Order: sequence, then structure tokens, then C-alpha cells
Amino acid sequence: MIKLRRSVYVLTGLTVALALPGASPALADEPVTEPPRVELVLDVSGSMRATDIDGRSRISVAQEAFREVVDALPDETHLGIRVLGATYPGNDKKKGCQDTQQIVPVGPVDRARAKGAIAGLRPTGFTPVGLALRAAAEDLGTGGTTRRIVLITDGEDTCAPPDPCDVARELAAQGTHLVVDTLGLAPDEKVRRQLVCIAAATGGTYTAARSVEQLTSRIKQLMDRAKDTYTRTPAIVAGATECAKAPLLTPGVYTDRERFSEHRWYRVAVRPDEELRASVSIALDRPLNRDYGVLLRAVAADGRELVRGTDAGSGRTDVLSAGLRWSATEPDEALDEDADDDEAPVGALAVCLVVSNSFSAPGPVSAQAPGMPIELTIDVVARSPAPNSPGLGRGWLLLGVLTVAGLLTGLLAGWLTRWWVATWRDNR
Amino acid sequence: MSRSTTNKAAARRGVRARATLIGLAAVAGVLVPAVPAAAAPAEPTPTPTLTPSPGAVTVTKAGTSFLTSTAIGIGQPVRVAASLGDYLYWSFSASAGQTNAVAITVTLPTGERRHGASTWTVDVFDGLRRRQACTAGAQTPTAGPGDASVALGCTLRTVRPWAEPWSADPLPGTYYVRLSVTELPEEDLGLPIQVELLVNTLEDTDTQLEDGDLKTPLVPATEPGRVVAGAADTPGATPGPGASGRAEELAAGEDDGWFDGWFDGWFDGFTSRWIWTSVGGVLAALAGVVGFGLTRRPRRPVR
Repeated sequence: MIKLRRSVYVLTGLTVALALPGASPALADEPVTEPPRVELVLDVSGSMRATDIDGRSRISVAQEAFREVVDALPDETHLGIRVLGATYPGNDKKKGCQDTQQIVPVGPVDRARAKGAIAGLRPTGFTPVGLALRAAAEDLGTGGTTRRIVLITDGEDTCAPPDPCDVARELAAQGTHLVVDTLGLAPDEKVRRQLVCIAAATGGTYTAARSVEQLTSRIKQLMDRAKDTYTRTPAIVAGATECAKAPLLTPGVYTDRERFSEHRWYRVAVRPDEELRASVSIALDRPLNRDYGVLLRAVAADGRELVRGTDAGSGRTDVLSAGLRWSATEPDEALDEDADDDEAPVGALAVCLVVSNSFSAPGPVSAQAPGMPIELTIDVVARSPAPNSPGLGRGWLLLGVLTVAGLLTGLLAGWLTRWWVATWRDNR
Repeated sequence: MSRSTTNKAAARRGVRARATLIGLAAVAGVLVPAVPAAAAPAEPTPTPTLTPSPGAVTVTKAGTSFLTSTAIGIGQPVRVAASLGDYLYWSFSASAGQTNAVAITVTLPTGERRHGASTWTVDVFDGLRRRQACTAGAQTPTAGPGDASVALGCTLRTVRPWAEPWSADPLPGTYYVRLSVTELPEEDLGLPIQVELLVNTLEDTDTQLEDGDLKTPLVPATEPGRVVAGAADTPGATPGPGASGRAEELAAGEDDGWFDGWFDGWFDGFTSRWIWTSVGGVLAALAGVVGFGLTRRPRRPVR
């Protein structure tokens, strides 16, 4: 019997797996116009000579990993390679800190050429990470899709300013959908801090590589990720400081930036027979104080709060999210107050959404511009009215109760009939 | 548009699939009244033992945000290599009546490479990115510095077919699973880990299926949005073509016919409750006849 039950589960799982792929969010098939673009940024500074990864030098490990990655690269991916600290052997910091070149331009990959360029690298100079990141962002160009930079380094930036972490935050704030994944080769504490900071600022990941296999498999994984996820980038919107001036949004995904304690307003047109669904995520892209919260409120044009979504947390996390649903209680109580609102479609109510946060940071620096990235998802769907079940029942118990009641009634009726018949006969 | 139609189609398919299962589930429910269910509420952290569906393909990917989350099926095992400190996202679809559970095992690097204990968290969010409560399971376990692995679990509430917009009850649609490490020594960031995940259905009941119906499952929009009018626009700007089209649609759809609205309040369409109740009536009548027959004196042999 238990087996039967389990097979029901299994069957359910299979059915759901087969029946519902269309409903999952990751399968939004869209004609892709741009290829995925990735740039590998490799540190070739003097410290890469150190032989501390499985008894081999860091540069030889990186070169081997690159060769394998280039071989396994998906054909549609456009790959570029940039190096830093590769050419200037001198001690002049000013010159050494300008030392970054693109050795393979971003485009369809020419495997032989790329491998040749990698093989010729010799550890040489300084480590201008910030400059290299900026240059890499330029190499990747602008466009509607996500670009990825994979930064591989073993030493901290020796050329600050600009601080690479500030550069990363600045690049992320430009709205070019740039993600920087960082890989540290046998990293020490300072390098780790810096790379973690860069990754967090752009929504990327950080990995400490301690073997060739680990480095290779990680870069391959990042390449796959770049190929799978690069097309879904939200539209950029700028929320207003009050409801009346707020941008009117249609269903879809948006991105914006919000500073500490700032309120950002948006508007959505919702007809009386429709339901508004909204969710917001704030990314924690900088060091913050321990406790924080986010609040998303839906407000009517007259300032009345309709519904709120909130979440709070503490400690290490990447995003904090809240969501809400709202629909008019009765379609007939159509909120016609907005009839004079010219921007809203006829018969629709412009619902205002306001996003606020309770973040704070220990230092004054991280509280400054640019604000923290927020992601706003808006959907307007058919309203789901409250169930209006008639006085009907269902279930096996109901059948049992009705049957027993029927049986008892039958017995009672039978006995009554017998008694009545007997009495009638006697009195005849 | 196409997204909503696919959703509807998927929902319809789901309903049909459920309908075929109702019988089986009912039989199983009758035959096994006291199931040794995986979720035993008495124990403090019961980790449900989940088994993958036979023949399910192992997923070897994980997303890094809500938008890039990797879609998995229920019963489909996941095995992915990651770095300590990564935030990993997966998503799955749940339908009404299901009680789902998530089980995760993280294999940690051993040896002298870790510097202290780490606390892990599995968070489940619904399609609106609202945090979902776990009714059972080790949601935030701590792994000691010497532990080779850590197991996480989260049993979700039963998915409701309908809920008021103001409530946070679990509804049919997409669910996100996020695995993160919330506390760890900073030195341990970036170390290689191996994550195994499985989402499975503990119970699939249809008892509440008739009580309301969510018209559109909570599947979030993933396409970039479009701003119709901004702060800079002059007042009196014409609404976007999509918006005005929808308004006309509404005007056309408002008048369905002269009988529209007659049955409001007491008639909610022919649901399966009508069948159950009618069958109950028939059974009651039959039982009544049988009961009446039982009271009759045994017929004397006719001479």
C-alpha cells in the first residue's frame, strides 16, 4: 500500500515536471538578437610567478585553465581576453599602472589564436585591476543584454586609486547590466576582501581557486551561466519622489536604484476586474549594518494604503524581497475617482507603488550615491473573486452520512408503517 | 499575452493530470489511513526523506538571482558545484493541494581549510518573492568546522487553490528556493562545495480544490517592462496603444447577455460538488428503500 502511495507521488512529480515547464520563469523563449558576451581579465603581474598551486606556478595554472575553457567554449559565445601587468617590467608606478591590453577582442572565438595569445604570456608588472575593469567594460560595449567579466587575479590592486571596488560599483550603476565574477588564485586576506567586494557590488560570485581542476570547472560554469541567463535584463526606470509624478508602468521587470531611507514611487493602471501583483528586491551590494528591512506599499491616488508587503532580515544575504497582490474588493465599486486622470487608461485606477527601505551602513562612504539596485516586477492579471460555493458537499464522508441517514429513515418509515398497519387492522 | 495563455494551458493540463490522480490518491488515502508520513511534527527537525522520480534527469545548474533561477521539476534531483558563499537559486512550479518539501545536502571541503562553523539557510519564496514559512525541517542548520556535510530541509505549507489578495497564503505558481550561507568565517569564502537538492511532493490532496480558484497562477513576469508615461511627460498624453486596447476590450466584454448576473450569489457553476451531492442523494434513497425493506415481515410461503 505504501508502495502504491509512493508511486502516486512519483507519478505526480513526473506529471508536474512534464506539465508545467511552460509556467516556469526561466523558460521565457525570446528570439535572441545579441550573442552572450564575456571577457576574461587575467592578472599577469609579477606575483603570478609564485609556485604554490599543486607545485606549479600560478600563471601556468591559469594558462592551462584558459586553454581548456577556450576548447570547451560554446560556439555562440563571444569571448574576449584582457590582461593586466603583462608588458611593463620597470618600476615606474605611473607607467606600470596603465599596463592593460586586450589580447583577444570580444567576438566569435578563434580558438587557435586565443590559445596562442595565452601561451605567450609572461608574468611581468603591476596590478591595475580598477583600470582593467573599466577597460573591460568598454570592450564589451553597450547593449540590452547582460555582460560578464571574469576577473582572475592573485594579488590586490597595487594602483589604487581608483579603488577596484568603487570602479565595480560605478560600472554596475551605469545600468549596462554588467556582472563581474572574481576568481582568486591562492588569495590572501586583502585580495579576498577586494574580490568579494567587487563580486558583491555587481551581483557576481567569488571563488578561491586552489587547483587547476577547480579553476577550470569554475570558469566553464561561469561561461555556461553567461550563455543561459544573459538575455533577461530588466528595463531601467527612475522612480519619482511622489505619486503624481511617478512613471506609469506596464507588466514586466524593471530596475532602479534607491538610496538609504529614500522613497521611490511608481504607478500601475489597474482596471476594476484586474489584480495587481508587484514584487521588489533590493540587492545588498555594499557592507551594511546588521539589521535591515524593505517595505513595498500600494497606495490609492488619494493616499489611502491598499496593501503592503514587507520583509526584514539580519546578517549576510544578497537580496531582500517583498511582494503584494491587490484587487478591488468589488468590481462594481469601481474607483472612478481617477476619471480625470488623463494618463491612465479609461476605467482603470492608477495604483501607486512606493518602495522604501531601512538600510544603514557603518561608514559614511557606502551611504553615498549610487543607490542600491532594486528590481521591480509588475504584473496585472485577471482578478480572482472570492469563492461563492453553493450549499453543496463533497467527499466520501458525505456519501456515508447520507447513506446512513437514508437507511435510518427507511427503517423508521418501515417500522412506522408496520405499526400503523397493525393498529389499523386491530381497530377495524 | 502568450505567457498567460501558456500558463492557462499549463494549469489546465495540471488540472487534468490531477483529475486522473484523484482516484488513485483517494484509494491510497482510504487504504492507508495512518501513513507514516515523512513530516512527523513531534520531532524537532525531521528531515523528510525524499526520493527522486525514476528517470528524472539530474540538473547541474543553479541560478544566482530570482530572474536567473534554474527551473527544476518536482522530483528532479539537482547536483551542482559551487563556491562557499554563493547564493544559489532554483525555481519549481507547485499546484493547489500539494505539500512540497525541499531537501538539500551541502558537501563541505574538509581538512584544515575551514576556519570555523558556518550557518546555512534555505529560503523559499513564492512567485511574488514573498518569504514562505517552513512547517518542518532544518531551515538554518550550523555546520561545525570539522563537518563534512550539512543537511537542510524545509517542508512547505499546503498550497491553497485561492486566497485573499491581502493574505500571504501559499498559492499555485512558481516557488523559488534560495540556498545561502548566512554566517561564516570570512576566510572560508570561495572554497569549493557540492550541493545536492531535491524538491518533492509529500502529499497531494484535492480536498480544498473547490474552494475558490486563482485565475492566474503566481508566475512572475520575466520580460522587461515598458514605461507608458513618465514624470517628464506632459499631462494629457495619450495612453499607450496596449493600454487603450485593453480598455476597449473591457468595454466589449462587459455585457455578456441578459441572463448575466442572475445566478450570482448562489450558483457558482457546475462543480464536482454537484456530482458528489447528487450521488449522495441517490445513495440515501437506495439506502432508504433497503431500510424500509428490512422492516417488512419475511414473506410467508404462498399456499
